[in-house]
Amino acid sequence: MNRRDSLKALGLGTLSAGLLLEACKTDTKKGAEETTTAAAGDEVGRQPFEVERDKKLHADKFFTTAEMATITVLADIIIPKDDKSGSASDAKVPDFIEFIVKDMPDHQTPMRGGLRWLDLQCLNRFGKPFTDCTKDQQIQLIDMIAYPAKAKPEMAQGVAFFNRMRDLTASGFFTSEIGVKDIGYAGNQPGKWTGVPDDILKHYGMENVKASASM
Amino acid sequence: MSDLQIKKSSATYDVVIVGSGAGGGMAGYVLANAGIKVLMLEAGAYFDPAKDSQQLKWPWESPRRGAGTTRPFGDFDAAYGGWEIDGEPYTTKDKTEFFWFRSRMLGGRTNHWGRISLRMGPRDFQAKDGLTDDWPITYDDVKPYYDKVDRMIGVYGTKEGLENEPDGIFLPPPKPRLNELYIVQGAQKAGVKIIPGRGSVLTEALPGNKDRGACFFCGQCGRSCKVYGDFSASSCLVIPAIKTGNLKVITNAMVREVITNAEGLAVGVSYINKEDLQEYQVNAKTVILGASAGESARILLNSKSAQHPGGLANSSGVVGRYLHDSTGSSAGGFLPQLMDRKRYNEDGVGSVHIYSPWWLDNKKLDFPRGYHIEYGGGLHMPSYGFSGGIQNMNGVVPGRDGKMKEAGGYGASLKDDYRRFYGTQFGMAGRGTAIARYDNYCEIDPNVVDKYGIPVLRFHYKWAPEEIKQAKHMQETFQEIMHNMGGAIYGGPQGPETNYGLEAPGKIIHEVGTIRMGNDPKKSALNKWCQAHDCKNLFVVDAAPFVQQGDKNATWTILALSMRTAEYIIQERKKLNV
Repeated sequence: MNRRDSLKALGLGTLSAGLLLEACKTDTKKGAEETTTAAAGDEVGRQPFEVERDKKLHADKFFTTAEMATITVLADIIIPKDDKSGSASDAKVPDFIEFIVKDMPDHQTPMRGGLRWLDLQCLNRFGKPFTDCTKDQQIQLIDMIAYPAKAKPEMAQGVAFFNRMRDLTASGFFTSEIGVKDIGYAGNQPGKWTGVPDDILKHYGMENVKASASM
Repeated sequence: MSDLQIKKSSATYDVVIVGSGAGGGMAGYVLANAGIKVLMLEAGAYFDPAKDSQQLKWPWESPRRGAGTTRPFGDFDAAYGGWEIDGEPYTTKDKTEFFWFRSRMLGGRTNHWGRISLRMGPRDFQAKDGLTDDWPITYDDVKPYYDKVDRMIGVYGTKEGLENEPDGIFLPPPKPRLNELYIVQGAQKAGVKIIPGRGSVLTEALPGNKDRGACFFCGQCGRSCKVYGDFSASSCLVIPAIKTGNLKVITNAMVREVITNAEGLAVGVSYINKEDLQEYQVNAKTVILGASAGESARILLNSKSAQHPGGLANSSGVVGRYLHDSTGSSAGGFLPQLMDRKRYNEDGVGSVHIYSPWWLDNKKLDFPRGYHIEYGGGLHMPSYGFSGGIQNMNGVVPGRDGKMKEAGGYGASLKDDYRRFYGTQFGMAGRGTAIARYDNYCEIDPNVVDKYGIPVLRFHYKWAPEEIKQAKHMQETFQEIMHNMGGAIYGGPQGPETNYGLEAPGKIIHEVGTIRMGNDPKKSALNKWCQAHDCKNLFVVDAAPFVQQGDKNATWTILALSMRTAEYIIQERKKLNV
C-alpha cells in the first residue's frame, strides 16, 4: 500500500491540512461504533480504568475559588497576551493546573503551600492577600521570586514555588490549541519527510553533512 | 468460591501459543499460514492499532497533555501496562533492583517500541573474549531468517559493510533532522562512527504487501500506527494470522502453567480468564511460550510435576538464570545557534534517524563488549513538561538585544524565550551489552502470589564493574560529541554517584536470557531450535532463549528465531516428531 492509499485508509484522502483534524475525529467515532464496548470517541483505545480515573478526576475539585483566582493571576503574569497570541487564562491554563494536581498528587502540597506562602508574604508586606494587592505590589513580590540566581535566600521557598508555577503554566499554555499555534509546531499531519529544507541547510551550512560509515 | 471449577476444553489444538508479541505473533503467523490449527492466549486486551491507536491526537486532547501518569511513555503511548500493574506484583531480593515492564495487550510491547531493528552480528553469537558462553547457533544460521523478516516486515537502513553490524534488505532511511546534523558533525569530529538509523517503519510501500500502508511521517510510532506503517505484532502478524482462519486468539487469558502428562510431555496449558475469573484448561499437541523472558520463565517455574519437580524444562536449574537487560545512560543539551529557527514539519519517523554502531576495539578499553548510541532532537510536538526548567536555559545565552538576561523571569520576555528555545534541544542515549550472569536471575517468590493466585517472580540483579565502566565510557563519549557540536550547551558528565547515569536493570526493557538455549542439557534449558531438552513438544520463542544479547535491541532477533523455530516445528510435524 503506498502513501496515498495510507492516507485514504486514515480517511484523509486529498483533504487539506486544515481539515485533517475533523476528518480524523469522524473516522475515530466510526471505529468506536464498531466496537462492542461502545466507548465514546475520545475513549477508544483507552483502558477502562483510565476512563474511570479521568471521570473521577474531572468530578473532583482540589483548589478553592480563592486559590484558583491566585493561580489565574499568576499564570497571566507568567504568560500574558501579546501581539502574537492570547494569555495563559485565554488558553485555560488554570483549568489545566487544577486537573494536573489531581492527576499528579505530588504537585498538591507544593502548590497549595506555595500559594499560602505567597499570601502570607503579601499580608506581611502589604496588609492584603496577593489577589487584593495592586498590580505594582504583585509585581514587586514576583520580582523577588522569579529570578533564582538573584533572589534572597529567605525567598528560596517562593523561588521553588514560582519555578513550579512557571513550568506548569508553560506546559498548559504550549500544549493548548493557542499555544501550539503560537510556538509554530507544524507537524502532526500526514506528509513526506524528505530531510531538512534546502534553504535551511544552506542557512546553517549543513549541505554536506552526511551520516555514513566511511567518514 | 464453592462453585469454582476448572473448565476443560475437549478440543485439542495442534499448537497453543502463550503470548502475542514479537515471538508469539511470529510463530502464530508462520504456523497458521502453514495450515496448522493454533490457539493463542494473550493475558491482556484485544488491540488493533487501526482502531485503538491514539495517533494524530493533539496534546490538548489529553487532559494531562500527554503526561505519563497512567502510561509510562505518555498518555498517547500504545502500551497498556508498565513497570507496575495493579494486582500483578513482583518482588526483588537482597536489596537488588529490577524493573519489569509488561504490556498486557494483543501485540504486547511491540505496539509502542522504538522500532530500532538491528541484527546481532557474528561476534554477538560467538564472542572472541571467552567471557560468556557461545550460542549453539551462528550468525550464518540465523541470517536467512533475518533476511526473511526484513522482506516480510520491512526495515529501513543503509548498507555499510560493517563486520558485526550486518546489513539487511533495506528500505530507504529517513534523512537526519537539523539538530541531528549537528550531532553527526560532533560525532564525526569526536571519531565516533555515525550512520543512518535502522528501523521497522515503511518509508516506502512494502513490496508485495497490500495490507499495510506506507509511513506518512508523523513520528508517532510509539502510539502504534493506524495504517500499519510500522511493525507491531498485532497489526503485522496476529491480525493477518487470524484472517487465515487457522489462528484463534483468546484475550485476557492469564496462563498459570503448562500441563504435562505421565511421560512428562506437554498436553496443554491452564489459565484464568480475567473477565469471568473462571479457570480453564486447553489441550494442544505442542506448546509454545512467547510470554516474554520473565513471564515464560515464571510459567515454567510454576509448572511443577512429578516428572519436572524443579519446574518444567528445568532439570538443568538454569530457568530464570542469566537474566540480562541492556545497559543505558544518556545526556543532552541545546544548540544556541538554532534559537529562533524557522518552523517546518520535522516529525520524521518514530524510530531513530541516525545512530552510532559500536566503533571501538575492546583490547584498548577497561570493559568488554560495547554499546550503540541513539540520537534525537528537533521541532517536536509540545507535550507536558514543555520547556520545563527554562530558568536553567534563558540565563546562559544572550537575549535578542545581545545582552545576557537574568535567568527565569516572567511576562512577554519569558513568552518570547519559549519561542526562541523551541526546537533547540537534542539528546543521546547509549544502549550496551550487559554480561549474562548466573547470579542475575528471577525465581518464584515463595511468599507472594498475584491477584489470580499465581506465584510471582522475585528478581535478583546487580550491575557489575563491567557495566558501570561501560556507562562511564558512554558519559565520556557524550561529552566529546557535545563538545564537538559547535557551541552546544550541556551539563557535565554524570559521575560515580549515579553509576555514571547507568539506568537500573529492566529500565531499558530489553530483558532476555532466562530460558537459555545450548547444546548441553546440563547447562541450558533449550536446544538450538528453542525446543526444551526435557520436553520435546515445548518451545520458547520470546527473548528468553538468548544466550548473550549484543548491544542490539532484541526484537529483530526474537522475530528471526521465532520464525526459525516455527519452521522447524512444521518440519518435525511432517516427520511426526512433535
